[in-house]
Amino acid sequence: MTLAHFSAAVLFAVFASVVFGITQRNTPRDQIRYGLYCFAMFVGGVFVAGWVMWLLRH
Amino acid sequence: MDNPSAIKSKAVDDAKTQPVTAMSVVVPAIAWLIPGAGHLIQKRWIRGLLLMASIVCMFALGLLMQGRVYKPNGGDILDILGFVGDVGAGGLYILTRAMNWGQGAIAHATADYGTKFLIVAGLLNFISVADAYHIAIGKKP
Repeated sequence: MTLAHFSAAVLFAVFASVVFGITQRNTPRDQIRYGLYCFAMFVGGVFVAGWVMWLLRH
Repeated sequence: MDNPSAIKSKAVDDAKTQPVTAMSVVVPAIAWLIPGAGHLIQKRWIRGLLLMASIVCMFALGLLMQGRVYKPNGGDILDILGFVGDVGAGGLYILTRAMNWGQGAIAHATADYGTKFLIVAGLLNFISVADAYHIAIGKKP
């Protein structure tokens, strides 16, 4: 099975965010909010890292 | 600001007052062996199923991406840490070793991602085990 780099990163973000959300907060509302926050941070980090690598390359 | 020694002594007192129940021993073992099961046996159905789905899917994707499964070793520190991460997946790791899966040579970038997926699935299961334990001792709702 071959995944694109971005697909692999998004899947990683989804699974890690679910676990972080459930384990790091107590109420269901906080768990969902924290899970979404982690997901946004993961995916945002992918874009930031991508642009940093682009700048280093050029 | 609290005195650090007072905080430490409070933590020690809390540990002393925490009763050792059957659940506080069984839950971490079950949670490690079957990801998410520690929550399921405590009737946290949705949390348990979500944890199980996330960790099992991540581990399975790691294998499908031809990631490498680390064996017990005493060599390079990164290999040792890789083994520690992998073994966190509990039953999934045991099954993988028993079936001799995860032996592929890393020939492309996504295979290396697969190796990382396997390690992180194990590490996430460690967090899940700790969470299940906290529920068992009443520290978390």
